[in-house]
Amino acid sequence: MSTYSTSEFKGGLKIMMDNDPCTIVENEFVRPGKGPAFSRVKYRNLKTGRVIDRTFKSGETVEAADVMETEMSYLYADGDFWHFMDDETFEQVSGDKIAVGDAAKWLKEQDKCVVTLWNGSPLSVAAPNFVELAITDTDPGLKGDTSGGGGKPATLETGAVVRVPLFVQIGEVIKVDTRTGEYSARVKS
Amino acid sequence: MLTHKNNQWPPTCSAALLHQRAALYQTIRDFFAQRGVLEVDTPLLSAAASCDVNLDSFSTRLTNNELNHKALYLQTSPEFAMKRLIASGSGCIYQIAKSFRQAESGRFHNPEFTLLEWYRMGFSLADLMQEMLELLNLAFNQNLASITVTYETLFKHMTGINPHKTSLSELTTYATEQGNSEVRMICGDSLSNALDYVFSQYIQPQLKKDVLYFVTDYPACMAMLAKLSDSQPITAKRFEVYFNQLELANGYEELSDSAIQKQRFEEELAEREKQGAAKVPMDENLVAALEHGLPDCAGVALGLDRLLMLTSGSHSIDDVLSFPVERA
Repeated sequence: MSTYSTSEFKGGLKIMMDNDPCTIVENEFVRPGKGPAFSRVKYRNLKTGRVIDRTFKSGETVEAADVMETEMSYLYADGDFWHFMDDETFEQVSGDKIAVGDAAKWLKEQDKCVVTLWNGSPLSVAAPNFVELAITDTDPGLKGDTSGGGGKPATLETGAVVRVPLFVQIGEVIKVDTRTGEYSARVKS
Repeated sequence: MLTHKNNQWPPTCSAALLHQRAALYQTIRDFFAQRGVLEVDTPLLSAAASCDVNLDSFSTRLTNNELNHKALYLQTSPEFAMKRLIASGSGCIYQIAKSFRQAESGRFHNPEFTLLEWYRMGFSLADLMQEMLELLNLAFNQNLASITVTYETLFKHMTGINPHKTSLSELTTYATEQGNSEVRMICGDSLSNALDYVFSQYIQPQLKKDVLYFVTDYPACMAMLAKLSDSQPITAKRFEVYFNQLELANGYEELSDSAIQKQRFEEELAEREKQGAAKVPMDENLVAALEHGLPDCAGVALGLDRLLMLTSGSHSIDDVLSFPVERA
């Protein structure tokens, strides 16, 4: 089990706090007046997303969290779990609804995504910034409208619903920004 | 062939900062020359170290056999050597001195840093604070707004706790209520540590910006090398200067009683042993100098790197240093 001393603390370092994996957001060394040195640390709990402030005695050690980010291919979902594969090692992992979170509505089989693994299991999944998905359902647009003003809801092949311009039709493939959940462009086939 | 590119060689500060530092040193030297304060130079290496349990000295050894591989320590401040000069009759002196403290690294700390330390014979703390204000007005090139407030007033105002009457348990309970239950681990069973922790966590970050704070009359347990007052409650004749929530300077009406000095050193050494800190020799030469006689004087140490950070609006100490420790 590896540990980190406060002197190694820096933004991005992964540590275990209260049995949860966390990432350090900010670290400041403090030596008040003539008193004991300590570190003022802000860290994010990677499970809950909560940011916590705490001070650590200088030289105090904390357990390192075995957290790493890996690019993986999304394979399939079986209703309870989403399955991913490391393209280099062919190792497969599965994550539940909590770990996959919002990424679930953007992922299509064979898509590449970044999986944050904690002790080898998915802690969180980040969909690619842009995904290309086919429209499975939307109202027929008004003929001649090419402005895109106003827009209408469209259901995508993964089940996600996004607002699209009126001229976009069922069967067409569009590019979506997963960070905002917004339509970005139509993909010419 | 592709070789590894070294991008650690250039300085971290801008050329403008090199000039600002040079100008600040010139301002300081002119200031003291006009006041008849003598610039001195004392060694960085000493056979004695600071006994303060919260200070960790760099140590080395002479390789010369005749001197018996004598252990030497880089000074944590030039205070002891300068007091020996004063006891020898030097009169008012100042020094721009490199100082060294292990394990101090961060946005406001570098293990090697520069202090301006000066001593004035016959000065009270009020005289010295006035002189500090005049020097800082020159350094900032403006008349700074300043507040002089006692430690007690500030502490009570911000936390509702009287620092002269409080206890370790009251302070740790307060910190725990603020969400910092780790206070016990950090401060141990030391009241002065807990006072320092509460001050730096809940008071210092609340100080008004762009105002120079002179905080005076520290609790007796935080006297360090300062004299104690005759009045009740007993306070230390010590002040600290804060600007934009940053600690800038620490001054004392200097303790001149050699017996008390020796006793404080011994208490500090006992505390070091208790906490398992490195064993270090106390400065017997300082004790002997005080025995010989130290004139009534007041002295203060001002962090010049931090002063440059403030006058230049820099975010990090690295922005005012040529080569911080990572590039040293």
